[in-house]
Amino acid sequence: MSQEKREIVIPSQFLGDVEGNNAGRGTFIENGKIYSEMLGILSKRSNYINVIPLKGRYDAIEGDFVIGIVQEAMASSWLVDINAPYPALLHVNEVPWDVDFGETKKYLNHGDSVMAKILQVDAEKKLQITLKDRNLYKIRGGYITYIEPSKVPRLIGKKGSMIALLKKYTRCRIFVGQNGRIWIDGNEGDIAKVLHAIRKIEEESLAFGLTNRIEELLKKDIKDVQ
Amino acid sequence: MESDIKLIDDNGKRLDGRSPDELRKIKIEAGVLHRAEGSCYLEWGGNKVMAAVYGPREALPRHTQNPLRAIVNARYNMAAFSVDDRKRPGPDRRSREISKVISEALEKVILLEKFPRASIDVNIEVLNAEAGTRCAGLTAAGVALADAGIPLKDIPVACAAGKIDGHVVLDLGKEEDNFGDADLPIAISPRTNEILLLQMDGHLTVEEFDKALEMAINGCHVASDIQKKAIMDKYQNAPEVK
Amino acid sequence: MTITPSIKRDYLSKLAEQGKRADGRTFNEFREIEIETGLFSKAEGSARVKIGNTQVIAGIKILIGTPYPDTPESGVMTTAAELIPMASPDFEAGPPRENAIELARVVDRGIRESKIIEVDKLCLEPGEAIWMVFIDIHIIDFDGNLFDASSLAALAALHNAVIPIERSRPDLEKLREKFPSVKKYLEEHPTDYPLPLKEPPISCTSVKYNNVIMIDPALDEEEIAEARLTVATDKNGDIRAMQKGLNGSFTVEEIKKVIKASIDNGIKIREELYKSVGK
Repeated sequence: MSQEKREIVIPSQFLGDVEGNNAGRGTFIENGKIYSEMLGILSKRSNYINVIPLKGRYDAIEGDFVIGIVQEAMASSWLVDINAPYPALLHVNEVPWDVDFGETKKYLNHGDSVMAKILQVDAEKKLQITLKDRNLYKIRGGYITYIEPSKVPRLIGKKGSMIALLKKYTRCRIFVGQNGRIWIDGNEGDIAKVLHAIRKIEEESLAFGLTNRIEELLKKDIKDVQ
Repeated sequence: MESDIKLIDDNGKRLDGRSPDELRKIKIEAGVLHRAEGSCYLEWGGNKVMAAVYGPREALPRHTQNPLRAIVNARYNMAAFSVDDRKRPGPDRRSREISKVISEALEKVILLEKFPRASIDVNIEVLNAEAGTRCAGLTAAGVALADAGIPLKDIPVACAAGKIDGHVVLDLGKEEDNFGDADLPIAISPRTNEILLLQMDGHLTVEEFDKALEMAINGCHVASDIQKKAIMDKYQNAPEVK
Repeated sequence: MTITPSIKRDYLSKLAEQGKRADGRTFNEFREIEIETGLFSKAEGSARVKIGNTQVIAGIKILIGTPYPDTPESGVMTTAAELIPMASPDFEAGPPRENAIELARVVDRGIRESKIIEVDKLCLEPGEAIWMVFIDIHIIDFDGNLFDASSLAALAALHNAVIPIERSRPDLEKLREKFPSVKKYLEEHPTDYPLPLKEPPISCTSVKYNNVIMIDPALDEEEIAEARLTVATDKNGDIRAMQKGLNGSFTVEEIKKVIKASIDNGIKIREELYKSVGK
């Protein structure tokens, strides 16, 4: 496991000169110098200086898979909360059902949860999502919890290793949206185990050796049950 | 205001024992609330303030939205029990003015263009007041903004200088604020020393103003170091093993 | 407004059927309670209470004022509550709305009707001058059960409160010159002294959903609750105040269950309160 030193940087922190470096995400340039614009983790890759945010709202990118909660059903579309600064629009043309004008409430209503994909983010940050994809649908059953969007990569793990661990030891179906919402389905005991592990990952997201510790935690729970 | 109190003695010692360019004690803690996206608890001398940030989130009502950038709603409020004579709950004209100048100061350092049509809501509550509450409040708001993960060009910080018994001093205390000759609260962007907030009342010559401004900027830098340490303390020391 | 996904609602209901709660508590168990007093120099009394992640600050201001015409020898108490925007993304700035008003009035009644504050001991000169006790409640972090957290914070702040003779000297001197009873009062009370209080009742709130009743609702339990019942009980197990909220209903049996759970938890919470105020 690579042991890169995790350096925390804060807004306005000087990261390097423009000469010889490229300003990546989470940075801004002023007078030939690169500064951090966020509280985050410094990441230097092939001359690009990036800051990975530690906190903050979900920043929608086209193609991201997210879990949304329907706010409002309108005449030919729905407004869906995806934990971004703005609600996303889901148009009737972007769902797998044949919805007549004014019949939107029959399919999705306030409080329903959906697995969706970000279709478009325009210049004014207006967001559109779609349900038209094999893996997307209205969610039934299970439980939804939340983690800081910046910690989603940690929850998924390198090449999906962390999430695979959770699925293996709990036999739960787990889906992690890029927007920090997580859907878990299984029996209540297993769901509780997954939730416990997620809280631990959230608290210790910056620590090393986390994957091993989570595995130990999950194994232990099985022993307790037995 | 007339008074027989001598605010500063011949050796330059003030009522609370401080020297002219000494700040009161500042203590800052980041990320203290569960629901707010960013938060900060700050003590500055006898001041105790709490700041919390929500956002960026959709600005409502819709007519307040700016299609090009986010708007900043800072709300400065004093708790009824924060002062000697109970203050009636609710914003008075003074609180609304302070809210406005703080909002404007914060707008300069937040990267607002990243969030069109959104608002960044900052709530500053003064729980115990002892002169310099707007500086304490803005300084706490700066930490809360960073804690919330809001993209910033800089972490804003504020400090006041003033004049007592003819001497220019840093960070007025309670009696100094009541019986002094001038009060100059400022806020700066510490990276560039740009002035984001500036108010003055009293009487200063141009030379005295220059001295007071320089002192206040230095005071801001001291407070800025404490802000940054508070943020690092919260996030740098992640638990290795529980 | 923050929306609760309906599948979360269904999940919590299913758990409730099995006798479980999302955070592993039993139906009769409170979350962890933290009480801290004496935080602010300007307030005559103050306290910070946490129940789970819900956090409330209460401050007491005691000032000289004039009595109400129909109770000339009695001190005055008022209670105000502010659901300030920092406590929740759904709280808006502005004058208190019904939730804040109901909260303040319920906490107020719990304290007033049980006569915890001995208002007859707060008279300086009948018809002219009395002590006024202002209780101001500031909700700063909302994670369910504001009633109990606010009530406990108010009580803890009251137990920490002192009558501010020192701060009020200039006004007291003026009154002493006019009224002999004030002269006598100042001889008996030459300096700050604790606000005279009687034994407090403790408030415990329960909610009902899916025909199950549980005490101390966390935020997600409160969001799906159909009915809510707050019961304040004193150290003898007698009932001092009650308030039902929300638009669902309780059976008589359910109300009795809530009363029993409130008495049991009231005893424990009173112990915690006394420990933290050094009684």
